[in-house]
This record gives sequence, structure tokens and C-alpha cells, in this order.
Amino acid sequence: MGYPHPSHPKETVVLSKHFGDPEARTYAGWVRHGGYEALRKAVGMSREAIVEEVKASGLRGRGGAGFPTGLKWSFMPKDVVRPHYLVCNADESEPGTFKDREIMRWTPHALIEGCAIAAYAIGAERCYVYIRGEFTEPWKVMNAAVEEAVAAGALGDDVFGSGKRIEIVLHRGAGAYICGEETAMMNSLEGRRGNPRIKPPYPAVAGLFGMPTTINNVETLAAVPHILNRGAAWYKALCLGNPKSTGTKLVSVCGHVQRPGNYEVTMGTPMRDILYDMCGGPPAGRTIKAVIPGGSSVPIMTLEEAESALFDYEGVVEKGSMLGSAGMIVMDDRTDMVYQIWRLARFYAHESCAQCTQCREGTAWTTRVLERILAGKGKQEDFQLLLDLSENMTGKTICVLSDSCAAPVVSGIQKFRSEFEAYIAGAREPSLAAV
Amino acid sequence: MSDELVNVTIDGMQLAVPKGTPIIEAAKQAGLLVPHYCYHPSLPSPAVCRMCLVEVEKAPKLMPACVTTVAEGQVVHVNSPSAKKAREGVLELLLINHPLDCPICDQSGECELQDYTFQEGRPATRYQEFAKRYNPVEDFGPDVLYVPNRCILCTRCVRFMEDVADTPVLNVSERGDRAYIGIAEQQRLDHPWAGNVVDLCPVGSLLSKDFLHKARAWDLDKTASVCPGCTQGCNINIDTRDDVVVRIRPRPNLEVNRHFICDYGRMNYRWMNRGDRVEAPLVRDGGRHVATDWDTALDRIGQAIRGVSGSAVILASGRTSTESLGLVRLMLDGLEVTAAVQVPLGDEAPLAGIPGLALRRERAPNLAGAELLGYGVDGGETWREVSSAGLVIVLDAELGPEEEAALAAAPGLVIVLATLMPEARNAEMILPITTMAEENGTYVNRDRRIQRFQQAKAQPGMARPAWWIAGEVLAGPGPDASAPSTAAEAFALLGERWPLFAGITHGDLGYTGRLLTQAPAGVGSAR
Repeated sequence: MGYPHPSHPKETVVLSKHFGDPEARTYAGWVRHGGYEALRKAVGMSREAIVEEVKASGLRGRGGAGFPTGLKWSFMPKDVVRPHYLVCNADESEPGTFKDREIMRWTPHALIEGCAIAAYAIGAERCYVYIRGEFTEPWKVMNAAVEEAVAAGALGDDVFGSGKRIEIVLHRGAGAYICGEETAMMNSLEGRRGNPRIKPPYPAVAGLFGMPTTINNVETLAAVPHILNRGAAWYKALCLGNPKSTGTKLVSVCGHVQRPGNYEVTMGTPMRDILYDMCGGPPAGRTIKAVIPGGSSVPIMTLEEAESALFDYEGVVEKGSMLGSAGMIVMDDRTDMVYQIWRLARFYAHESCAQCTQCREGTAWTTRVLERILAGKGKQEDFQLLLDLSENMTGKTICVLSDSCAAPVVSGIQKFRSEFEAYIAGAREPSLAAV
Repeated sequence: MSDELVNVTIDGMQLAVPKGTPIIEAAKQAGLLVPHYCYHPSLPSPAVCRMCLVEVEKAPKLMPACVTTVAEGQVVHVNSPSAKKAREGVLELLLINHPLDCPICDQSGECELQDYTFQEGRPATRYQEFAKRYNPVEDFGPDVLYVPNRCILCTRCVRFMEDVADTPVLNVSERGDRAYIGIAEQQRLDHPWAGNVVDLCPVGSLLSKDFLHKARAWDLDKTASVCPGCTQGCNINIDTRDDVVVRIRPRPNLEVNRHFICDYGRMNYRWMNRGDRVEAPLVRDGGRHVATDWDTALDRIGQAIRGVSGSAVILASGRTSTESLGLVRLMLDGLEVTAAVQVPLGDEAPLAGIPGLALRRERAPNLAGAELLGYGVDGGETWREVSSAGLVIVLDAELGPEEEAALAAAPGLVIVLATLMPEARNAEMILPITTMAEENGTYVNRDRRIQRFQQAKAQPGMARPAWWIAGEVLAGPGPDASAPSTAAEAFALLGERWPLFAGITHGDLGYTGRLLTQAPAGVGSAR
């Protein structure tokens, strides 16, 4: 069952199988769907065996960076001499991404089960789920589900009679994009200002409250029970492209397509299939001009690049962008690219935490230059200025927020330069008042 | 930091530095200052200004030198084209919202934004046609103003208050380019060490009200000194303009005060500028004092002391140098001497983040030195001795009404060495002496660290250091007499009588002093 559209035949429905099914939200319903079998199995296994299984599955982080999950878990100290923590990143603040929201809305127990297994595997007794502040409904659903899971003995001091202690603490964010960055999230959880931390030390060494910590995305953790139930080999076989990208991926498609929504595809599915078959292509009489494949932070793809790409970590990189969080923003030929890029830059300028100079000042300056171009007051020198600023903002700061601001600017100038030129030359009506 | 050394190459220079050293500190050892704003050796490093980015071979991107530690075989390029370009980029960005009001900015001339922009910034801005960020000046505390327009958000002040002063009243408020340094609601920046945020600020954003628009940095003469405020012995610079002390700032000494001084010490300089000083030797002539020359005065002291029988009392200010305390004591050898220093008391104010650093209760910088030289602490009983002593020497001690009365009733000979005119009509002599700001000398702090201070301003009139007066008296008149002519020579005389000082010269003390409990390194060596 899909939500809001019925599943498309080209989808591979694993995580989204029960989207739209209210029964799956309840503990009893979830158990009827085969839920919590994996957790029962996991608490009977050794920690190392679970990590090995996840390693073998090829599961990679679904939050955006694509770091191998099993490898990340293996960085945690073997001996638990200090408390270990699991943090589930449910902040989902990346513009264009809305997959974790659906997991929490429809299958909260899938996430709880994944959290519990992962917590056990890394030697943690407590898992913090950091939920985006705006997610009111997912928050309520998750709250109810955790209560149910505790009542049913799936969480608590004695998980399913195994003697293992696992508790889940839900924490609600307060509306900062940057708190989706894992180290800023830890600061936020500790009650500090949500500023990203410098690494090293890495979270596995000194993370939340200075203790060894693993941070995983909602979708990553929700996939873990399936891997334990059906085996690493099954998961690894879900692959149509590069063997380093395995499993299924939820794609959030928004923008100019006929059926926007969440779709679940096997890694390596052609992007063309997603755009045209699953989403029904652009509205009638329109053509797609550009696609941002992985949330607003990744470079913009032209239609040609998007149509020829395989949708997995390597396939999208090959075409000049990144898979990111797989929040796909589709823009058709009506779209004013300069305006859209300005809109993105303004978002990053607003959300910059203000720590690093390049990000604090660079995102704001970039926004102003784009505003000036949109107001019909741009100059030829602005191209070089924007590219210089973007270079300063790439690879030079603590986190990648400023890189994310630079990515659409640089790719936008490379691929849609004529639209900038039109504003600068006065061939196009200004779309913003003078700045 | 461990004892293990690793070999690194920084801009072609090979050096071995302790494992765990940040590149920025290793580069200092190679004589290279990596430009930086947020890094400060006495604060935790957040690596946020991104100014100290350097190229480290084999690293995928530029690394912040403040938090990247050295590794064996590491090759670092501080001045490679990519590193310089990155720094130029940071400078350009820091300047887009920074006002060009250097002509009216107190920091001008000692501003790190000016310095690095001059060194490697762009000649002109590209931030044209946009308004700069504007926020009004804020009054943070008794002595601190915040000028947000000049702020580069390095957060040194926030970290000082949070991590060093343990009083987190400052914060970064807002985000993005709207960010500014905020102060917690209903709070003032009135911590007894808060003034350090002004020194820490690399630009003119945090200003001292006391120093506001008082002088330009390039007009100041800086003199290495030791704070005369308490027994801690913080190292300071006395900044003067045209012989007037205009401010006191900390001078780094990792063993004593790291990079900080308290606000009490910072503001404790106005007495150095007093104009109502004793400027000539005054000797008693019948019922009045008349000015005379030093030869006459010195002869009279010599005769007077030789004529004294019975006991003698020395009452000295706690701010008197080791040299003066020692030589005045030596001058009275042969008499039964009761010597004491005055130790005013105040409240103790520790700096939480630096163990062993506090504004001490005892507000006498040379208390330990005085005790080593046989002086006691004056608790009032010294004045009872005055009534039976044959000789009373007042060495710049403060005289309250009771002391004045006791002095006036003293049956013996009274000699006053003073900076300010004392109320002492029966004094045989009133001799003008210099303050610690007008002479070279040493103080011994509470840890028995002996530290030098240097002359920061000219002495008024005929005033001389007290050690000079005592030295001349000791040497006696005549062409063959060999009185000390410098504080170093005076100090050399102490070792014969007090072995703890033996074998040490002023030169050995350097700018950070040494502990007296250490075995003297240079004993017997000709220096």
C-alpha cells in the first residue's frame, strides 16, 4: 500500500509497504505485520554478529552522506566502560525531503525497532530520537508508539525478557535547519546552542555528553529490522547499479511532476523511471528543465543529466550531483532558475549558525548578489564574484552548510548561465524590487 | 602534550615538537605566525574564524592550524597559494560588514583585522551597493562597551566568560549574518576579571570605558612590569603616553597569570600619575623643613644613623621593591631592628578556570620578598615600638591618624622616605623616593617567584629609589665609595646577607622571573 498514491509496479516496497495503513501505527497491528520479530532475534544475537550482518548488507546512511552503517557501528568502543548513546536523526530539515516524516507517521514501530536493535548493537542503553519541531503529527504518533512499546516490553529494563535495557527518549527540535547536522544535533540535545562541532573528536569517541555516540538517520534505522529478518544477502541483492549501493531508497519527489510523493526504489533504478513512470512526468504541455536529486544541498542536474542517471550513490555522482537525502525537486520549463537559486541561497543564509566566517557572511552576500541580479541590477562581474564566494564557501568550514549554499549557485551558473545573463542584460523583467 | 617529539616540516623548516601540539603553536616555534582570530592559547579552540587554514600535505582540504595537531612526517604550508587565497577570502568576508572607522577606533594600531588585511588582504572591497550591518553600541558592564558593528564573531569573549571566568553571561545571539554578541537578560558584565574580554577582542568591538578615546596605540610606550595590586604578581605592561600612565594590560606569563589580569589590577594606576609629590630632600631646620641637595641630605642621614642608640623601627609600604627593602635593612645593621611592611586587605577574587590565579586578599605585591628579608607584617603593633625606638624609618608607608600621632610622639629620630608629602612635622628628614612605576626593581610573589619590573615613567624632581639612598649611605662619602648605581647592582648586594638571593642577577630573571626555591643555576659563575 502506498501513500498518497498506490505503489507503482516499478517500486520495490519494503519500508513504505504499510504507508497509509492506520493499523500499522499500533503495536498490535505492527506485530501482525511481522513487527518486532527482528528485535526478538537481535537480543539473542551477539552485538558483533548484528554489526557484521549490517556490514554485509551494504546498508549506507540514508541521511545524505551515505556512510556505510555497519562500519560506523563498528567504530564504537567494544567495551562499554562509559555510557554509549544512539541518536536517531529525525530532524529531516533538508528542503525537498519528506521521507522520514512518513516513516514516523505510518510505521513508528519500524523506527522504534530499528533504534532498539541499533542501540543494542552499539552497546547503548538509551536512544535519543531528535524529531523536527514542525513534525507535530509524527511526534504524536511516535510518542504513542513508544508508550505502547514500553508497555509491551519491547523497550524498557528488560527487552522481551532478555535482560537487556533499552530506552527511547523523544526530543523535539525547535526549528533550526542546522540541528539536522549530527554534531549540532548533539549540542542541541545537550541544551546548548545548535552549532556544529569540529571533528575530531568523532562522535564514536566523544559524542553526546562526551560519550561514545552513533547518529543514524530514520530511514537507515528503519531498514535494519528488514535486514535482520530477511538476511544481508537479500538486502545486498537489491541493487540495479553499482554494487556499493544496495537496498531500497525512499525518494521524496516534489515540484513539477504529476504525482509528487514518496516512492521507494531499488538502488540503481534509472532516474527516468522515477520521473516519468512513477511520478507521471511533468504537467501536461511542459518539459522538465532541471532536477535537484538529493535535497537542496546538492548540485542541480539538467534534464539530460537526470534522464541518464542511475539513482544510487555512485550513479548520481557520475552525473555531477549527489544522492543526498533523495529529496528530489523537479523544475519544469516555466521555472525561473535564478529565482529558485536565490530562494535556496536565502534559506541557507537564514539558517547559517554564524560560527564560520565564510558561511555567516558568504551565504548572506551570495543572497544579496542574487537579489541584485533578480532586480535587474546585476553586472557581468557578479558571475566571478559568485563563483569566488562559492569557492570560499566550499570545503573550508566546520560543517557543509556553506558548501550546500554554493552547490546550487555554482551548478546553476554552469548550467543555466543564459538565465542570469538575461537578467543582467535587461532582456528579462526584474522579478524582485530593487535591493 | 607529551614528551614524545614528532618531526614536522612547516614552510620548509624542519622541527621537532611535542606530540599533540597544534600546528599554530608549532609554527610559532618555526618563527611563523599563522594569522588567526578565534584561537587564543588560554581559551578552548572552536576553529570558527577559519582564518588559520593551512595546507597539510595529503589532507583532502585545508586544515585549521589551531585544532589540527602535528603528526610525524607532516608537511605543512602556511603560505602556499591555496592557504593564502583562503585567508584572503576570509578577510574579504570579515570586512564586508566591518565599518572603516579606524580613525576613531581605540583598537586602531593594535588591531588584528588591520594587521592581517594590510599583510595579505585585498586592496578594495567587492561588497558594493549593499548597506553594512548596523547595531547600536551596547553597555555591557562597568568598564566594557560592545560595538557590534566592528565585531567579527570570533567568540573569544564568550569563551572567556564561559570557560575561564565560569560566569557565562555572554553568548552569540541570532544566527547567520544577523548574529551578534549578546548578554544574558538582567545580567551585567561585572565579573572581577571581565576586563580581559577587552584585551581578548582582536578588533575594536569590546572597548574599555576607562581607556575610551584616551590615546592612540602608536603613541604608547609599553613597559614590562609586575602588577603592584596583590601578592599574585601578575605580569603587566604599563602603557604610558608622554610619561602619563594611560592603561595597564596583562603581559603573558604562563606560570603566574597566563594572559589575564583582574579589573582591580587593571584600574590600579591612577596613583602613579599623581602630581602632588615630594620632589626634593627636605631636612629639618628648627621648626620647619627646608629643601636641600642630595649630598647634604645623605651626609645628614649618615650622621643621624651613626648617632642612634638602642632600637630602630622600619615601617615600609607593601609596594616597596626587594632592593629597597633589603638595602634599607642593611643600612641599619648594627642596630636592633624591628621591620614590618603594611599589608592592606581586600576580598579574594579567584579566576575559576585558571587554578592558582586570583586577586589575593593581601594587597601587597612584595609581601613574600619582605618576609624573606626579615620584615614582619605590620598589624599595628609596630607603632608601639615607635614609642621606645631610637630611630624610626618610614619607607613610604601610609600614615593614618593613629600612625601620625604615634610618629609625632616618637622620642627618637624620624626619617621619612616618601612619594607623597607625609604628615610628619617632627621628621628629621623627608626624602623623595620613586614609585614602582618610576624605577627598576623586583617583587617576590606568593609562590616565591621573583620578577622584575621596569621603569615606565620619569621620576619627579629629585626623587630617587629608596635603594639608592640606602646604598649611598652604606657606601659612605668620598671618592672611593662604591654605591650601587643600578637596581641590578643593588640586588647583587642582597645575596651576601640573604643566601636565597645569592647567585641570581637581574639578567637571570628575564621577563617571567624565576622561583627562589629553585637551586640557583648560576652560582659562582661570572656573569
